[in-house]
Amino acid sequence: MTRQVKQLDRVIIRFAGDSGDGMQLTGDRFTQDTAAFGNDLSTLPNFPAEIRAPAGTMAGVSSFQVHFADHDILTPGDAPDVLVAMNPAALRANLGDVPRGATIIVDTHDFSARNLAKAGYTENPLTNGTLTQFRVHAVDLTTLTVEAVKEFGLTRKDASRAKNMFALGLLSWMYGRPTEPTTEFLTTRFGAKPTLRDANVTAFRTGWNFGETTEAFAVTYEIKPAAMPSGRYRNVTGNAALAFGLIAAGQQSGLPVFLGSYPITPASDILHELSKHKRFGVTTFQAEDEIAGVGAALGAAFGGALGVTTTSGPGVCLKSETLGLAVMLELPLLVCDIQRGGPSTGLPTKTEQSDLLQAMFGRNGEAPLPIVAPRSPADCFDATLEAVRIAVTYRTPVMLLSDGSLANGSEPWLLPDVADLAPIDPDFATAPNARADDGGGSFLPYLRDEDTLARPWAVPGTPGLMNRVGGLEKADRTGDISYDPDNHDLMVRTRQAKVDVIARSLPPTEVDDPGAELGRGARMLVVGWGSTYGAIGAAVRRVRRDRRQVAQVHLRHLNPLPPDLGEILARYDRVVVPEMNLGQLALLLRGRYLVDALSHTQVSGMPFKAAPLADVLRGHLRQLDGQPAVQHSERHPAAGVPA
Amino acid sequence: MTAVDLPGPVLARDGLADVPTSDDTQTRKDYASDQEVRWCPGCGDYIVLNAVQGFLPDLGLRRENIVFVSGIGCSSRFPYYLDTYGMHSIHGRAPAIATGLAITRPDLSVWVVTGDGDALSIGGNHLIHALRRNVNLTILLFNNRIYGLTKGQYSPTSETGKVTKSTPLGSVDRPFNPVSLALGAEGTFVARTIDSDRAHLTEVLRAAASHRGTSIVEIYQNCPIFNDGAFDAFKDKNSREATVISLRHGEPVRFGPDGALGVTRDSVTGSMRVVEVADVGESALVVHDAAADDPSSAFALSRLTDAGALQQSPIGIFRQVEQPTYDDLARQQVATAQGTEGAGDSAGLAALLAGTDTWTVA
Ligand code: SF4
Repeated sequence: MTRQVKQLDRVIIRFAGDSGDGMQLTGDRFTQDTAAFGNDLSTLPNFPAEIRAPAGTMAGVSSFQVHFADHDILTPGDAPDVLVAMNPAALRANLGDVPRGATIIVDTHDFSARNLAKAGYTENPLTNGTLTQFRVHAVDLTTLTVEAVKEFGLTRKDASRAKNMFALGLLSWMYGRPTEPTTEFLTTRFGAKPTLRDANVTAFRTGWNFGETTEAFAVTYEIKPAAMPSGRYRNVTGNAALAFGLIAAGQQSGLPVFLGSYPITPASDILHELSKHKRFGVTTFQAEDEIAGVGAALGAAFGGALGVTTTSGPGVCLKSETLGLAVMLELPLLVCDIQRGGPSTGLPTKTEQSDLLQAMFGRNGEAPLPIVAPRSPADCFDATLEAVRIAVTYRTPVMLLSDGSLANGSEPWLLPDVADLAPIDPDFATAPNARADDGGGSFLPYLRDEDTLARPWAVPGTPGLMNRVGGLEKADRTGDISYDPDNHDLMVRTRQAKVDVIARSLPPTEVDDPGAELGRGARMLVVGWGSTYGAIGAAVRRVRRDRRQVAQVHLRHLNPLPPDLGEILARYDRVVVPEMNLGQLALLLRGRYLVDALSHTQVSGMPFKAAPLADVLRGHLRQLDGQPAVQHSERHPAAGVPA
Repeated sequence: MTAVDLPGPVLARDGLADVPTSDDTQTRKDYASDQEVRWCPGCGDYIVLNAVQGFLPDLGLRRENIVFVSGIGCSSRFPYYLDTYGMHSIHGRAPAIATGLAITRPDLSVWVVTGDGDALSIGGNHLIHALRRNVNLTILLFNNRIYGLTKGQYSPTSETGKVTKSTPLGSVDRPFNPVSLALGAEGTFVARTIDSDRAHLTEVLRAAASHRGTSIVEIYQNCPIFNDGAFDAFKDKNSREATVISLRHGEPVRFGPDGALGVTRDSVTGSMRVVEVADVGESALVVHDAAADDPSSAFALSRLTDAGALQQSPIGIFRQVEQPTYDDLARQQVATAQGTEGAGDSAGLAALLAGTDTWTVA
């Protein structure tokens, strides 16, 4: 049989099935194999908060989308080119996202009347014409898998569970993925259970062979490796990169890392990852609650460790009193908030950027703390190092704002050269810093460094520097309790000033405005922060493909904001701020710079998609041209543009 | 999920074994900070502060290796008055903060100063978990059975029916017995003492400091402003003999004028009660075993404290057992990982970052 090999520059595949079907693992393996092949990629896992929602229902559908390409890409992609649906519910839950003409591979095994009903179908979509606009491959993957692994004598249930590997094998064949990494992976994973190992490897191979030998699949696809900067790569999730950043920060500062944490989605994987790396002097403490997690981290920081706590929005609420104490004590402390949909318990497994104002202001009194936000999964590594640099240098709690999509999403990471990582100097106080009345040395725990306004970090065990700190207002210099009105005024302003001076250490803001150097810069600037970097970048690229000018700035530092930002904002006629909240950064920019920042918001628990976001930007550009914002052909439900 | 046997717990070591000692002779003055002490006149806190400043020199530790961490409340001002390292933290959280410090710094003697509201109300969760983990801390729980700093509301140890500003018709909730609570959490060192008995206070504090693991000492502390006389039954020279049930490890529990009273165990329920020794004979008395692994007897003894106005209460060390401490074991896991895999260095970091699946783009 001659096969047609079609060249593609990029593909988006979504694996969808029941929570128990192993879709996250399948997606993850496809991603690893794709990374090994050398494509650029970006992923979006999407799963329910329930561990095992009722099987076969819409509530139980779990999916994993991977976007890979022969060029550099920024997002997990808007709409899948291929949907793999392992049951009726997975089909129904995802069909709305699948564009006409796309390929759908369906496991027909569960399309019984009962299971169709569970998914809310009254008729069988495979036979009633629902799918005529798609290229459908309806295959009983389950039965094929059970047949293939018969020889291993597994129960029918165990045998059918290998169907995800069958599907993976089939897709691997279609897209020319290497098979060795997955075979190796399965061998290690099921090493202790040889029958399961053999069954899974066999299912995987059979899936591959099924593609090879069945005429149904007439085409295979080739996506050439991407031309990426040279170097050594791995694939990494945001949570793993953050954990590695903490370990690296410990090494670069020479401080033992102490993580005090209480399990919470989507932050727990950082606790899991760190707990595996004790040889780097990392201590992980699973506390009795969120408050104890941050309290223990602060206690460790008092003792001279790199104190860290990891959490999500609800946990930040509980920690806020301790953060206020850390602001008063002026000790280094890192709080990693892996944001999720809120308020309250909200959407534990979905993403949102709605804790920005909580991070800024969510404490009693004037209690400023620096905020750093990573922009992509791999960037979580660098952002963590930057947050630790600020915490240690300025003796302050720092909030690192990641989110669910960064935490679980992954991308290729050009591995840093460890020798190039900047050192972080804890600069512990070791000697008196003042003269006592009797002429001897004395120690003033709140005497500040002139440049950084940081106070000395004198840890217990240091002779001669014994001092008492606490949450009551401190007298300037001595740190004694003080109720003096002028002193309080001074200290409040000084704590703010200490955060403000961090701005001096920030590099110039990168403005992506290709025409600017030739004097033909854009009139409109898009400003974002955090995980929206990819989607905004992709939307900006789309707009530029229309030969329209648009500039992009993506903020890493939310507090303090970069010193040149006001001047940059003032250069543009229009500033648009897309956020996965109701306009929190826009509020800050408006308040700080009196700039008419226009908010574009989405709080669906899902990341922005590039196409609708590009439409929003186009609408703004038309408005700048004096035309109505919305063209009929572009109207999209998620693309609200201010009139 | 599986469980593993933890290797070689560190036992039979003094709680201060890793804390460097001082060559200088210290005096009480070395431990007094330059801050003016600001409790109300006659407050029991003064006596405890004096006792602590008086006995710390005997420990012979380097002052800079001692840390007092407190929460919020009258007694939580304690750290300001001691010339050691100290932190006056936030309400109820001192055990959590001290836990992080103790895990990372075995070379410190870490003390927690807390009160009945701080430890048992807002901070109850941290207290029981510190006890459960057995972190190497010494917790001084000043129990005055009232909220002093907020000016006189009832506390979680106030007797039912307590009339206060917030309970003009009498409080309707039952009080905690701090010793019962600590024993319920299987605290490895649980004691009670009283501010007016300096010798006993000092003796108990010394034992608590050298216990490896979490020691908790409930200190009956009089608040002359808002709850004066709450512990008078144990202070009055005439009544004291009959109200203080003195606990001594290895000795029969016997008290009262001429040792006329004692404690026996009900053979059916296991609960303890006070009897006339003349009625039962000395051999029927319970012999106090603070070192018993099972905390049941200690718990039964703790129930002899009145829930209402205090007329009788056991004073002394209820339980003192050796068990692995959380912080020793946690540090041991780090040390073991470093021993078997090698301490993490920059080559190790590079290998960690790379993981097992890398590819190279030329
Ligand atoms: S209110 Fe009571 S406990 Fe507080 S300082 Fe005054 S006497 Fe002592």
